[in-house]
Amino acid sequence: METSRNDFVIAIRSAFLKKQNQQRFSLLGLITFSLLILTLGGFNFKPINYLELLIKEIAYRSSFIVSIPEKFIKENYHTAQDHINLYNINEKNELELKDLRAKDLLNNFIVLENERLKWIVEDYLFESDKIYAKVLSDKNSPFLKSIIINKGSKHGINLGAVVKDKEYLIGKIVEVNYTTSRILLLSDINSKIPVLIEPQGLLSILSGTGDKDGVIQYSKVENIIEDKSIVYTSGAGGLFKAGIPVGKVIKNSTANLNGKVDFFSDFSQLKFIEVLFFEKKASK
Amino acid sequence: MKLKNKELKKKLLQQLPLILLFISVLNNFDFNYLELKYFSFNFSYILIFYFSLKRSYSLGYTYIFIAGLFNDVVNGSPIGMSSLMYLFLCGVAAYLRVITLRTSLFKDWMTFIGAILVLNSLSFIIVNLFFGFEISFINQIVNIFFTSLLYLLFSSFINLFMSNLDVR
Repeated sequence: METSRNDFVIAIRSAFLKKQNQQRFSLLGLITFSLLILTLGGFNFKPINYLELLIKEIAYRSSFIVSIPEKFIKENYHTAQDHINLYNINEKNELELKDLRAKDLLNNFIVLENERLKWIVEDYLFESDKIYAKVLSDKNSPFLKSIIINKGSKHGINLGAVVKDKEYLIGKIVEVNYTTSRILLLSDINSKIPVLIEPQGLLSILSGTGDKDGVIQYSKVENIIEDKSIVYTSGAGGLFKAGIPVGKVIKNSTANLNGKVDFFSDFSQLKFIEVLFFEKKASK
Repeated sequence: MKLKNKELKKKLLQQLPLILLFISVLNNFDFNYLELKYFSFNFSYILIFYFSLKRSYSLGYTYIFIAGLFNDVVNGSPIGMSSLMYLFLCGVAAYLRVITLRTSLFKDWMTFIGAILVLNSLSFIIVNLFFGFEISFINQIVNIFFTSLLYLLFSSFINLFMSNLDVR
């Protein structure tokens, strides 16, 4: 019994304490060191955090290099899988396309019906060709919110033309030069445009604040505009076509019961814009 | 020149286990791109146990300790955790090596299964109780199952490969 216990102790000692060839530390020493790191790491000990940061720097870069062959295999595996599934994907896409085509026909019908009805009430506006322009400078003074573009009367720009950033309204042309024009942004305090607030269907006027947002003015009943309502152009006055998205109502302001309007477009990030104007088609 | 090349090749082959260990640690070599839900294994455990048991001169404890630290950083587990597990595994392998006179794959395999069961339980307790991390039981069991199963395959393969090269 005693001999077997002695054998066990000798084996354990040999395994954990004896240093192997060219080994600097014994197994027990390293296990103790690991436990120490683990415990100190659990208490957010600063030198351990620095050690972790250092290892991270090395490990992440090395991991990127080491994973290149696996990435290559992975990509090829996915390419092969895509090729195998090509037939099924194509079949699925064709079905989806069929469905979308049917929906598109329905959509076309609604658009044409809308056009015909507007024609009857003589409210149909035609969009001119778009003129794309580059923003030369933006005057972000507290008194004037406007931008200068590199297109003018030479390029067919007229006073009062509508300016859009992709699908969103940003302002109108207030000054036309030969090769440049000035746009008054919706955020300017002088900007007033007729709008429609959905889903309430309220007609009102949107005014700039001189800051980054706008306010709803002249609505008969205040505090009925819901939070996150969408503001579109109403088309009243014939300058803007109805239904151009402008912004979203945010109701966290205590100053105005109707809340403020957060514009969809970020006026400080404008690089290229679209200039266009709408005209009423003469009735047949 | 030919002699130099041969020496270089020999040196490279001697370092192969270490290179493999670091690759498996940095890359999480587990075929995860196959996107199999119930398949994962710990190649590092297989590698460390095999080389500590059969060719203890190939992998130094210090390197294993460093590899553990790298593994913790890559996996986001508490630092020192994998080192501790790897070194315990080395300890089990070293003990088995000391007490064994006639080696058998079955005995090695049984010891390996016992060791990884204990190690995974230990790591689960440390990570869950002391660090408050959540670990999926199913994933842990799947990992243990495939690691123990693949030990047979990998150990036979490495055995064959190394004996053919006769690296020492």
